[in-house]
Amino acid sequence: METTTATQAGNKRRFKSSHRRKDGYKLLLAALPFVLIAFAFSYVPLFGWIYAFFDYHPGIPLSKTPFSGLDRFREMFSDPRMGPVLMNTLALSFLSILTAPIPMLFAIMVSEVRSGWFKRLVQTVSTLPHYISWIIVYALAFSMFSTEGAVNTFLMKLGLGGAPVDVLGNYERVWTVQTLLLLWKSVGWSAIIYLAAIVSIDSEQYDAAKVDGAGRRRTIWHITLPSIMPTFIVLLLLSISNLLSAGFEQYLVFSNVMVADRIEVLDLYVYRLGLVTGDYSYSTAVGMFKSIISIVLLFTVNLLSKKFRGQGIV
Amino acid sequence: MNSTTATKPAAVASKPERRRRPIDYKDLTFNFFNYLILALLVLATIYPFYYIFIYSISDSIEAQKGVTFWPAGFSLEAYQTTVKLPGIMDAAIVSLSRTVVGTLITVFCCSFFAYLITKEELPFRKAIYRFVLVTMYFNAGFIPWYLTMKTYGLQNSFLLYVLPTALAGFNVILIKTFIEQLPASLEESAKIDGAGYFKIYTSIIFPLSMPIIATIAVFAAVGQWNTWFDNYFLVENPKLQTLQLVLYNFLNQSSNLSNATTEQLNRGDLVRTLTPQSIRMAITMLVTLPIVLVYPMLQRYFVKGIMMGAVKG
Repeated sequence: METTTATQAGNKRRFKSSHRRKDGYKLLLAALPFVLIAFAFSYVPLFGWIYAFFDYHPGIPLSKTPFSGLDRFREMFSDPRMGPVLMNTLALSFLSILTAPIPMLFAIMVSEVRSGWFKRLVQTVSTLPHYISWIIVYALAFSMFSTEGAVNTFLMKLGLGGAPVDVLGNYERVWTVQTLLLLWKSVGWSAIIYLAAIVSIDSEQYDAAKVDGAGRRRTIWHITLPSIMPTFIVLLLLSISNLLSAGFEQYLVFSNVMVADRIEVLDLYVYRLGLVTGDYSYSTAVGMFKSIISIVLLFTVNLLSKKFRGQGIV
Repeated sequence: MNSTTATKPAAVASKPERRRRPIDYKDLTFNFFNYLILALLVLATIYPFYYIFIYSISDSIEAQKGVTFWPAGFSLEAYQTTVKLPGIMDAAIVSLSRTVVGTLITVFCCSFFAYLITKEELPFRKAIYRFVLVTMYFNAGFIPWYLTMKTYGLQNSFLLYVLPTALAGFNVILIKTFIEQLPASLEESAKIDGAGYFKIYTSIIFPLSMPIIATIAVFAAVGQWNTWFDNYFLVENPKLQTLQLVLYNFLNQSSNLSNATTEQLNRGDLVRTLTPQSIRMAITMLVTLPIVLVYPMLQRYFVKGIMMGAVKG
């Protein structure tokens, strides 16, 4: 009696597990195309890193190109252009990190607005620049700041300033100008995450502070700011890991003869070496160097975050 | 009648309370400066768009003397010439198609894959999930990307616009999290009725995940409309140019524009009435308008998306 029920149960289980396995195969088959897509578009390009170890020239197959070992990496240290390019990259990244508190400040200001429609207006309008491409930002900036643009025409009409100012072609101020443009494009969008954090603050805290006689500035300083600090720190750490990835599109679009020298960031240099100069191998080596440093930075920052906050960021 | 009498006592009751509060001058100055600064920021954001708009509908010659707040004269000639510029219409169709097709592909791939990942019966589930997620954190670099796309034969192909973006780790996380919190009973009852995985996906999971799918569709669509670097580096075919790149070329090559304006002279018009600047403004307007019109409606989806990402990340 007992044995029969046991075998029955065993049969049932076996039937169920074989059914499950069949389902598993089906699912695996369905997932396969997606694994292939990820492999083809994200992993396969990694094999291209092999070009960095050869003296490759387009047109000659890789099998017939001489192996050059780490020569292309050594070349970086003797490349006179490498210094200025790194300088540009770090300077622009550093400036954008320096402006990182501004979206937070902006979010606090928006959260202090009492009027509903005004709040909505500010939020909607300030995110608009996030949705447009850098090409459109360039078109807008050009129409504002070129020598015949709105700003110069306006100053001329007022009779202020003699010669028109060429903002986009100013060699001395190009880092400032680009940082401000980036800020213009991103401030509203970056503020959303802080606004979300502010909304989730327990309103009882504010009520209690009010009862204790705290004014607006004090509630901001003692309640709002400390509550959104963790968010700020996570974003700050992330931007440190992106130190070498100062925006490619922005500087490609805004590059012109006057400012090209000081705006050429690492990504832009990699592109110029590759497609303009045609030095595929060296370009790949520089790109690889950048990717590896970025990943190392990301891991370091993640580790630091785990150690001090008890929580990773990725 | 009833409602007014009902609300009245409440209003009366709240009035003396409000009067009792003294005017806080510190609070007043805070508010004043807060509103002022925000209003100025709104102006600084809106004005460039407004300027392009009024310039593009101004009379071209008048506008050259400068426009600030109002259009100088009125003329739609810039637009009439712009839509007739060689390549503009093709580019509009390419941009529109890449937006529609690219978004559909991304939405299907990310959501179906996310659904598969939620199934515990899937062998190597964790490994497959990680394999896709990790792609968010590395990038092979420019030349490897360029050469790989060329090897696949995607150069000068429409598929270059829509295939590489099919799977995005971030989207997969968002949809997977969403599907996991749907009630499991719905799926089980469908399974008892004999529905297969794909059937369950199309009839239950996809419709129920609409809120998050809409968010991702919007992310993808705006991304597609704005992307141009693939076009810039790998597509030379004039029939496959995107609107963004056409705008970029017009901004940079004034020769194209003066050609368009000298055509007027060739046509026998005695005076040139259109400046390259006006045409630039009109093209910029055409590329920007879809975004400006659509984004306020989609804003809430975006905000939802970024918040979910923040919770997850």
